[in-house]
Amino acid sequence: MAKYIAHGVFLFALWLLMSGIYDNPLIVGFGVISSVLATWIVYRLDLFPTVDGAPSLNPWALIKYLFWLVVEIGKADWAVTKVIIAPETPKRQRLIKVAARQNTDIGRMMFANSITITPGTISVETYEKEFLVHALTGEAADMGGLEAMGKRVCDLETPTPARASKEAG
Amino acid sequence: MDLLIDILTWASFISGSFFLFIGSLGMIRLRDFWARLHAASVIDSAGIGLLFLGMMLQTGLSLITVKTLLIIGFLLITGPTASHAVANAAFSSGSRPRDLVEDASSTKPTAKKRTPRRAKKPATKKNGNA
Repeated sequence: MAKYIAHGVFLFALWLLMSGIYDNPLIVGFGVISSVLATWIVYRLDLFPTVDGAPSLNPWALIKYLFWLVVEIGKADWAVTKVIIAPETPKRQRLIKVAARQNTDIGRMMFANSITITPGTISVETYEKEFLVHALTGEAADMGGLEAMGKRVCDLETPTPARASKEAG
Repeated sequence: MDLLIDILTWASFISGSFFLFIGSLGMIRLRDFWARLHAASVIDSAGIGLLFLGMMLQTGLSLITVKTLLIIGFLLITGPTASHAVANAAFSSGSRPRDLVEDASSTKPTAKKRTPRRAKKPATKKNGNA
């Protein structure tokens, strides 16, 4: 029950933040009604996100990782820009498999999304312990770079009870 | 100070528009569906990122900046998700890139396709309100 109340409060805070109107009872009332309604729908449909073992990413490490990722995206953007304006269109595409050693769902999601948002690589399909990745050029298919990114995402994952019990079981 | 911010804003707007242009050019120039997806991802990351950076410089620190950050956050999650959904749909329906020099998808996967974790242990899953 507590998580649904927290959900509703979070939605209402988001409403206040987005509207920027705090003194008009009508608008604030609409905010209350819509957050209660949205929470009720989530409850009825049992849509509450099941993140095994609560937030399992270390927030400070996550911020550091995001800054690192922005730099990587910048480099990859420039590389793909050069491919696009080069007179020869690329003729060496690849489908490669990259090991995904993350233990949590959110870690896997982070890694797959990081691969996709970096221009030049797109995660196409997920398997038990690896991702199928499409690479535009040979440079984009740099296995060492992708493995390094996977390693960084692994480092984001904090050991949670869920993960410990999974390793034991 | 205002002048400096204006110059920085101009720089990010112009470079953002440059990447939008490059991305659109790539969508036309590149040869097949798979390569064009990568051009779209240039627009997604560099183009949108730089344009929003310019907008944040103009608004200064205010409520609008927070909203802009939220919009960037949503785009950073939905953009790759949509790209992946399109790529995965193409892959599942049998489309393969032209000029493949390396195709790991034809080799047998080392493990069978991942099943949702929820399906594995339904009995032990605690559900709070259940």
